[in-house]
Amino acid sequence: MSYYLKLGLPKPVPAPDGLDAPFWEGLAEDKLMIQRCRACQRWQWGPEWICHGCHSFDLTFEEVEPKGVIYSHERVWHPVHPALNNQGPYIVVLVELAQSPSVRIVGNLLGDPEQTIPIGAEVAAVFEHHLDDDPVHTLLQWQLT
Amino acid sequence: MSGTLRGKVCVAGVAETTYYKRGEAPDAEFKLALEAIVKACENAGISAKEIDGFSSFSNDRSDASRLSAALGIHDMRLANMQWGGGGGGGSGAIANAAAAIATGQAECVVVFRALAQGQFGRFGQGPQRNTISGEFAHTIPYGLMSPAQMFAMKVNRFMYENNVKQDALRAISLASYHHAQNNPRAVMHGRPLDEKKYENSRWIVEPFHLYDCCQENDGAAAMIFVSADRAKEFDHPPCYLLSAVAGSHHRAGAPVHNAPDYATSAFKTLVPRLYDMAKVKAGDIDVLQSYENFTGGVLMSIVEHEFCLPSECNEFFTLENLTNPNGKLPLNTSGGNLAECYMHGLGLNIEAVRQIWRESSNQVDNAEVSMVISGPMVTPVSASIFGSEATL
Repeated sequence: MSYYLKLGLPKPVPAPDGLDAPFWEGLAEDKLMIQRCRACQRWQWGPEWICHGCHSFDLTFEEVEPKGVIYSHERVWHPVHPALNNQGPYIVVLVELAQSPSVRIVGNLLGDPEQTIPIGAEVAAVFEHHLDDDPVHTLLQWQLT
Repeated sequence: MSGTLRGKVCVAGVAETTYYKRGEAPDAEFKLALEAIVKACENAGISAKEIDGFSSFSNDRSDASRLSAALGIHDMRLANMQWGGGGGGGSGAIANAAAAIATGQAECVVVFRALAQGQFGRFGQGPQRNTISGEFAHTIPYGLMSPAQMFAMKVNRFMYENNVKQDALRAISLASYHHAQNNPRAVMHGRPLDEKKYENSRWIVEPFHLYDCCQENDGAAAMIFVSADRAKEFDHPPCYLLSAVAGSHHRAGAPVHNAPDYATSAFKTLVPRLYDMAKVKAGDIDVLQSYENFTGGVLMSIVEHEFCLPSECNEFFTLENLTNPNGKLPLNTSGGNLAECYMHGLGLNIEAVRQIWRESSNQVDNAEVSMVISGPMVTPVSASIFGSEATL
């Protein structure tokens, strides 16, 4: 398994209060789990303890299709972390999910870091498992379809 | 409008320490804060013991109670902190100070900000730790961690939606550097910028070249506010607060880049309140200080404050248009955060007052209405308008 970014950045772990645990557990199983209100069916992201629409506390996480479109993007050149000192440019994308269009997710766009990045282009998720790392974790990356 | 701040308070004095490059201040951050406050009182011609309120923002580390003890103040009546990071609270701290004075909670409030990054660490670097949780667990592992990286995402979307060209960002940067060359306080005084130097500078994160990004600095700045009844006690011409507002739009703080209205400087809901309170509109503003964390934020701020339409950016944002004395909208006349000093924007409020006092190093002729836009793209943001005697 190759990784998009060089190793050494802080690794994601579930929040100590448990708020986003189902998301990270889902990624480990190649599933994209997004928060949804059971009362009004509204999608919500990032996760919160209450539904911002109807104020229900009855929230769950539902699996959604790991597909979307590029809503915005950036190509980073200047490393602000020592792990990226020899990285060269890399692309971060903000992806609007197809099944829950009010939800946006941050990830990297796989492929040539100097490619032209088309806003509105369709992308599909790639689950980047870091099984030999401590702690074990999974990143959600994206590639053009 | 009920509860207006218009004309209720005035600026008695302003001051800053020497502005230093990041990490180069010879003094402790708290000492810098004290120095700026004492100098601002001297500028007003009052004793620092007259201060009865402290108002700051961005989690300033110089605690109000320690300041009050250090200055020997007998009756501290206001210890106020505007929530939120970056410079979004600059004018918000002024609004809070003014509200306290206007309602009799306090009589003499200092608004201040102090920064010594050598002592306390930088803004523009990512965290060096093994794990990360919470909102940043969803961004930092993808290499999105610095302010430039957080905000470039918004600016790229805005530029895409409105077909804005890089030249518009460049003009904002050139205007700040241009004005700094006349301002001896500016850290970039004597270090001019031209189109070629801008174009040849490295990318930080597209669309930001190096010169689209603010400096990081050490220093402190302070402003003394009192009731408008006292405006003529001081050596300066009267400078009144005409308006100051803070806030942000619907779910501006939704985590992980999920604000429904995303490609925005976050001022759309503030602008009507700002102009209504001041009883002015964009065309009445003689000179503008607009917080540059990054030039793209200035671009969106100026659009949202109705100086031009989103579709007009490429024509409006030119060096000629943004510089004194001939520009339609003289912008960041001290050099701003890019070229004077990054004091989380409080220097912009001081410069706005100096324009009314006729003390700017890039003085706009007949400046009567002087505006500050504080901290675009964060939440909450804020803005303020100052006016001369003639505007009341």
